[in-house]
Amino acid sequence: MDEALLRSLVPGVIGVLVRRGADFAAAEDAVQEALVEAVHSWPAAPPRDPRGWLVTVAWRRFLDATRAEATRRRREETVADEPPSGPVPSADDTLQLYFLCAHPSLTPASAVALTLRAVGGLTTRQIASAYLVPEATMAQRISRAKRTVSGVRFDEPGDVATVLRVLYLVFNEGYSGDVDLAAEAIRLTRQLAAAVDHPEVAGLLALMLLHHARRAARTAPDGSLVPLAEQDRNRWDTALISEGVQVLQAALVRDRLGEYQAQAAIAALHADARSAAETDWVQVVEWYDELVRLTGSPVVRLNRAVAVGEADGPRAGLAALAQLDDALPRHRAVAAYLHEKDGDRTTAARLYAEAATRAGNTAERDHLTRQAARLNSADGRADDFPAIPESVLQDDPKEIPCPRSCP
Amino acid sequence: MAKYLMLKHYRSTSKSLDCAPMDQWTPDEVSAHIQYMNDFAAKLTESGEFVDGQALAPEGTWVRYDGEGRPPVTDGPFAETKDLIAGWMAIDVDSYERAVELAGELSAAPGPGGQPIREWLELRPFLGAPPTVTE
Repeated sequence: MDEALLRSLVPGVIGVLVRRGADFAAAEDAVQEALVEAVHSWPAAPPRDPRGWLVTVAWRRFLDATRAEATRRRREETVADEPPSGPVPSADDTLQLYFLCAHPSLTPASAVALTLRAVGGLTTRQIASAYLVPEATMAQRISRAKRTVSGVRFDEPGDVATVLRVLYLVFNEGYSGDVDLAAEAIRLTRQLAAAVDHPEVAGLLALMLLHHARRAARTAPDGSLVPLAEQDRNRWDTALISEGVQVLQAALVRDRLGEYQAQAAIAALHADARSAAETDWVQVVEWYDELVRLTGSPVVRLNRAVAVGEADGPRAGLAALAQLDDALPRHRAVAAYLHEKDGDRTTAARLYAEAATRAGNTAERDHLTRQAARLNSADGRADDFPAIPESVLQDDPKEIPCPRSCP
Repeated sequence: MAKYLMLKHYRSTSKSLDCAPMDQWTPDEVSAHIQYMNDFAAKLTESGEFVDGQALAPEGTWVRYDGEGRPPVTDGPFAETKDLIAGWMAIDVDSYERAVELAGELSAAPGPGGQPIREWLELRPFLGAPPTVTE
């Protein structure tokens, strides 16, 4: 059974139930139960019309739950047995569901969890495992999120930017756990792109595809990070790259630039270089200038300093770095890299060691520790130049100001 | 979305805790303290922020590799170890500020006379997985 196909039907089915009069929380629960039933019964008896099957079973589940509730309250049944005929489910339902699950009243963690369940059709157990928290905790997070949006009208207009922020967070969470969140984020962004015509949706999709293309080359067999410059570019997925570039170009010609298109453009320039040395750093710097203009983010300025160091030399990079607050995450890692390029190995070694103690994840910490060790060891050759530490080039989504969904 | 460890330290130095040790409290005071901890964990599960919580026995064993074919050496506890870990709680929260708020609340667990013990808790961020987007 094609689980991705099954899960792609979820938003539309929830939409049908809501339009028939179910409230969102009850509709979502009913569709989850129908999904569980589908997983059990479809392999033996695949339905001719999977979507129709899901609607029928979910509606039945919804009625059962409503009846049970009504009995508990000793009230008259308020819902008719026969489903009223409603409008045909449309792309609009899918889009509305994205808006609801990324509603600005939700915290980022709640919006992510609700989106993965109600739009993505993942089970609470799968989401809990992906985020390494107990299932009971994730169940509560989701049910609180549903309560938070319970007063929101399903057809209330939403902001695409908040949806994109949520999808970006899912993608950036990476590859840990038994759910591939990066692949799931791509699937959900493709689905969104089919539901709404918006250049930033295309920009985010392109960004994801271009980064996903490097996935196999990003980690060594021992799990350590392979910096961009050292990656075996033959292992990059050329099909994903050409799709990403195509999606990006189609978005850029519409001349409504946004931060995701600009980030995707930078990723495309890296994808375009056959070797690290052939990277068009001057253009990369220009795109970072656009990104600074669009976001004003200090993290973007930090990444720009690295690009300046490549385009105009380490002194220029250090000068750009000097303008920034040294409390920024990865500030020392960037400084270390530029100082070594400038020939000051002693300062670089000290800064790499300091950067390692401030790293936000183990892969980055280990990478920075190895850089410090390389410079401190007696056999470190003077010409043994570091590759561009990919870890110093990271965009931490938490650091980029986002429109409304962040606290 | 960041995980933090709230670390409780044992065998308090004056820095960590300035009330009488727990074995000198009344049984009701001990019960109230434990109830507070349990309620706190339940509340965090309900808010979708609980990850794990465990208590540890005060005395443990130090173990070290002792060469090929030999059993590990055991030793300890060492007299110089003034500080032991009593237990921990791991949380998954939206911000550092929220983590500080929760640690402050846990530190207010009642002690003698039902007064908050105001113990120092150590708050340490988890090192997670690297993000996907890299430039």
